[in-house]
Amino acid sequence: MTDRHATTAAPDRRRPRPWGDPLFRGLAAAAAGFFLLLTGAILLELTRGSSLSLAKFGPSFLWSTAWNPVTGDFGAFSSIAGTLVSTAIAMALAVPLSLVIALFLVELAPPAVAKPVGAAIELLAAVPSIIYGMWGLFVFAPLMSDHVQPFLSDHLGFLPLFQGPPMGIGMLTAGIILALMILPFITSVMRDVLRMVPPVVKEAGYGMGSTVWEVTRQVTVRYGARGMAGACLLGLGRAVGETMAVTFVIGNNHRVGTSLFDAGNTIASALANEFAEAADPLYLSALVELGLVLFLITFAIQGLTHVWIRRLERSAGRGL
Amino acid sequence: MNATRPESRPTPPLAPRPQVADRPVADRPAAADAGAPPKISVRGLDFHYGRQQALFDNNLDIAANRVTAVIGPSGCGKSTHLRVYNRIYQLYRDQRAGGEVLLDGENLLSPSTDLIELRRKVGMIFQKPTPFPMSIHDNVAYGLKLHYRLGKGELAEAVEKALRGAALWDEVKDALDRPGTALSGGQQQRLCIARAIAVRPEVLLMDEPTSAIDPVATAKIEDLIEELKKDFTIVIVTHNMQQAARVSDHTAFFFEGRIVEFGATRQIFTKPVHRQTEDYITGRFG
Repeated sequence: MTDRHATTAAPDRRRPRPWGDPLFRGLAAAAAGFFLLLTGAILLELTRGSSLSLAKFGPSFLWSTAWNPVTGDFGAFSSIAGTLVSTAIAMALAVPLSLVIALFLVELAPPAVAKPVGAAIELLAAVPSIIYGMWGLFVFAPLMSDHVQPFLSDHLGFLPLFQGPPMGIGMLTAGIILALMILPFITSVMRDVLRMVPPVVKEAGYGMGSTVWEVTRQVTVRYGARGMAGACLLGLGRAVGETMAVTFVIGNNHRVGTSLFDAGNTIASALANEFAEAADPLYLSALVELGLVLFLITFAIQGLTHVWIRRLERSAGRGL
Repeated sequence: MNATRPESRPTPPLAPRPQVADRPVADRPAAADAGAPPKISVRGLDFHYGRQQALFDNNLDIAANRVTAVIGPSGCGKSTHLRVYNRIYQLYRDQRAGGEVLLDGENLLSPSTDLIELRRKVGMIFQKPTPFPMSIHDNVAYGLKLHYRLGKGELAEAVEKALRGAALWDEVKDALDRPGTALSGGQQQRLCIARAIAVRPEVLLMDEPTSAIDPVATAKIEDLIEELKKDFTIVIVTHNMQQAARVSDHTAFFFEGRIVEFGATRQIFTKPVHRQTEDYITGRFG
């Protein structure tokens, strides 16, 4: 009782530590800055590597359809077109399908179905692209030439898009393989986005007397629009730059055809195919410039998506 | 599902309708209004979450054009009870209700009940404001478009009427194309009320509508409830006993899934019959 102060004395204080926060902030900023630096370095290196080709062809590189290593005349048009067309086919097939699958898994499927299907989708996302390429060449391409392409020719053959010999490989086959490849990615991200839509918002939708379809279309999908755009962007990025699978089934031809059955090439497939044989400095430089173009296409797509999302948010508010 | 929606064009929302209990407030009876048939009668309602029973033999009469408050400690089944009235619980696989809930004499738990029409008639306001990710105008127009065929002018008129009915019009009339989510919490909740009353429901269910909202906004919503009961039958779940005392005509006290006491609000709060009710309203537990 006499020595009350002994038991209530303040515990020893730690040393003041004024460097903790600034140090952490500095490290985090450095890590983030590294990415900017890396992007800058890639851009610089691509520009340097393609200087020969840039100097010789100028901007006409973008719309020239020439590709002749013998005469040293190069143009990127067929590769750019092939990249955009195969990606467009892939997105057109994969996005609606992913959305429907994700909605089914989140909104409709009983857990006993949703769980194994979800696991299967994640497993599919981990299959290496060369497997898709080989499967595409050996299994899918014959299927295309024997059944799908003749069918399309018979029924939609009046369109130039579906004319020509059913070779199996070509732009359409590449697009479909790409769609299969990006499908699991988009689906699993979309599923996660849809899961994050708060149940009470959906309840409010049903509480107004909506059907499942009405709530899904007008509430759930809008609420998750930002996240789902992100999912699509992820798939798009993969489709634009996909190399192995496309190289196997696209036919690798620098001609620009009007039919989706025609063989073509994409930027990535041209790089994969021709890098090893590009002995001439100008040839190599043209290939690097193709890489530069791909880099810029990706940038442009990102930018456009941001603008679109911003416009959406101005009228609908910020969701996920 | 379109077949279930009214084909004819309805009169504008919030137009005066025949009132079931059209008598002065002053002489209202002590318990559920004698004479006038109840808007909702709950008979022997049980409720299960999976194997766990949450409601036991609930019996309750909700008077038309009155505010009925549902009070009780957390987890006593207040919200569960409310969520039976529009069958929103049915979104979840393992939730089941048994017994009868009669809306104007029709058992709404019957499998033949048209859920879309039921939910038009019985609107719901949630604990957190739930504006949809669209503009203020589109939020209010959402239900109108679901249930009615309206021309452009009629739609604008109905939206304005609903926003006025929710005491929000003056604050948002110049910003109808702004996102509903950009409003303050209290405004969002009134937007949800506007959205709910726009489809001309008969009953409004409010599940702790002010628990996520500041006191000033809460006072506005309480005033609004007083206004709304002229046109709607209101059932409000609340944690706030002063709120129950302020806004309601009748009060049901829930405890552990059972309705312990039900009567006129003044009686419940001044001379409760049951010991548990008294303990709860005097703050001895809960």
